[in-house]
Amino acid sequence: MADTKTNTEDYMRMYRQMVRIRVFEDNANQLYLSAKMPGLTHMYSGEEAVAVGICEALTDDDRITSTHRGHGHCVAKGADYKQMFCELLGKEEGYCRGKGGSMHIADQSHGNLGANAIVGGSMGIATGSALSSKLQGSDDVTVCFFGDGATAQGLLYEVMNMAALWHLPVIYACENNGYSEYTKTEEIAAGSITARAEAFGIEAFTVDGQDVLAVNDLTQKLVARARKGEGPFFVELLTYRYHGHHVGDINRAYYREKEEETIWKESRDPIVNFGKWLSEEGIASAEDLKTMEDEIRAEAKQAVDYALAAKYPDESEVDMHVFAPTDPATLRPGA
Amino acid sequence: MREITLSQAVNEAIAEEMRRDPTTFLIGEDVAEAGTPFKVLAGLADEFGTERVIDTPIAEPGFMGIAVGAALTGSRPIVDLMFGDFIYLIMDQLCNQAAKAYYMSGGKLNVPLVLRTNLGATRRSAAQHSQSLHALVAHIPGLKVAMPSSAYEAKGLMKTAIRDNNPVVIFEDKLMYNDKAPVPEEEYLIPFGEAHVKREGTDITLIATSSMVQVCEAAAEMLAAEGISAEVIDPRTIVPLDEATLIASAKKTSRVIVVDEGHQSYGITGEIAGRINEKAFYHLDAPVLRMGAMDVPVPFSPALEDITVPTPEGVAENARKLMSGEMIHAA
Ligand SMILES: Cc1ncc(C[n+]2csc(CCOP(=O)(O)OP(=O)(O)O)c2C)c(N)n1
Ligand SMILES: [Mg+2]
Repeated sequence: MADTKTNTEDYMRMYRQMVRIRVFEDNANQLYLSAKMPGLTHMYSGEEAVAVGICEALTDDDRITSTHRGHGHCVAKGADYKQMFCELLGKEEGYCRGKGGSMHIADQSHGNLGANAIVGGSMGIATGSALSSKLQGSDDVTVCFFGDGATAQGLLYEVMNMAALWHLPVIYACENNGYSEYTKTEEIAAGSITARAEAFGIEAFTVDGQDVLAVNDLTQKLVARARKGEGPFFVELLTYRYHGHHVGDINRAYYREKEEETIWKESRDPIVNFGKWLSEEGIASAEDLKTMEDEIRAEAKQAVDYALAAKYPDESEVDMHVFAPTDPATLRPGA
Repeated sequence: MREITLSQAVNEAIAEEMRRDPTTFLIGEDVAEAGTPFKVLAGLADEFGTERVIDTPIAEPGFMGIAVGAALTGSRPIVDLMFGDFIYLIMDQLCNQAAKAYYMSGGKLNVPLVLRTNLGATRRSAAQHSQSLHALVAHIPGLKVAMPSSAYEAKGLMKTAIRDNNPVVIFEDKLMYNDKAPVPEEEYLIPFGEAHVKREGTDITLIATSSMVQVCEAAAEMLAAEGISAEVIDPRTIVPLDEATLIASAKKTSRVIVVDEGHQSYGITGEIAGRINEKAFYHLDAPVLRMGAMDVPVPFSPALEDITVPTPEGVAENARKLMSGEMIHAA
């Protein structure tokens, strides 16, 4: 693995954040399977190094846009368990007051502009957020997360063109997990994925999405360059989702071999492998890591119990937040 | 008669029409091996092959445009749009291209295309997977719009849609895929523009589309127990609309509630209420009521989502108010 960050604290925070995602998903999966969680949800397990490697290279002022598989991005950008579980269960204290649920979960205060249930739906938003940075003279960077399947959406090509023309500080982060729903990526994407960006003159990279340090190292460099107006950039992250496309996608042998899943889980797990490296480098013992995980599991359990007992929004909230208020004073001529 | 699910009914209709007409083909995301996430199209790829059951990338405007082009040139595509909410992505191809080709070409080109998609909330799927957007397309001249209320209608309307020489949009309620209804073994088609009187009554007319037909049948049952006789009518297609049957019923009962799962404002309910007002006004004993979904994005939380759509209790309550005269001076 690339030895780039020299700060033990940074390593430990990355490990911790990856475990926080895995544990969050384990609990979300359990809630769903025990019929305590309504709706549909998509697990991020297996892809932790992507969200964490990238978000650890960002500040709270930098922004991201997320996807239908958005719990991982949400945790990685600094969200809190309690409000996340409340959101999953449609409770008033959720990040979106229960109005969004799994597919729209986001901690807006940490620069997360939202998970999105429309594949490719956030590409314009991320690029517009980067335009804001440029117009407002700030050096904030925006990362646009999307899947390999989303590269089929025409919007991507419209916005990459403009981002390149206008040198916008946006990083297009394509999480290539090999599948678009129940279809292999090679059956839905012709040619090379990075070449799509290169056609617009955008520098494009492919990185091992199971290696948190490699992802973080690359992202740090690109973020620094984007802050100086050298963007946009495109990164393809090779990764894998452990669960089905959504939690109900159990019988999936017809499109994905069990053996393939086993290989990724057993030899390429981003948390296990990074944990081994931490021990080898003498940064943390296996015991330390286990203690950390136990603490996180205990915190998750508390948050889940809290969310289960929390109250639903009052019925009066149903037509609240359709329109944002406008101060009438601003509408007077000359105001 | 045998009973099959709405999902099986759609599957049968498409299979029968694909056997009948070799120019038909299916196109959409994960339609072939997966048979869609709702498994409605399961088995069709086995019978017709992946040449005629075509999996696409996640590129809705692209495959919709391709289908329009194919329809203009001798094919009869059946386009599968996984969620009705994605209709926004294909609006240009559907409304600027497919809907207008026949008219703009002075009748020289036509688009025999079926767009099958869905509607319906209360599945806890939040604001971008729960919308009922049929009013958007019903507004556009050149598009026909069908809304099956059970497996029986789903099959008969789908077969008619596939044989129609125009673009037809069919909205299935995704909560009804597993609902069973009697469906004959022998072939039948349901003509467009023919409403179905689901239940006869004399005191009040409940006009309902899609799953709201079930809601109104349940309401009619409650009202019957109180001595109020409600007639329930399912227009089955909203374009073309069987105005004659609706007007005749309004004149007979003199009171009407229109119930639909689209947002209430600027929706189907207002359109139908307007037509009844124009053509049956002097026969009415009460204002025509509209009951649609609340004018809010569909919330995720079950505590909120359930109150956004019409319920049997809500319909019955409004019916009682109309019967008692309470709403005549409501303004
Ligand atoms: C516009 C649109 N089309 C289709 C869907 C249905 N859908 C949800 S996720 C998905 C697959 C996305 O694949 P990918 O972008 O690779 O992301 P992954 O699920 O692998 O993380 C599809 C087709 C959707 N939500 N939005
Ligand atoms: Mg994917």
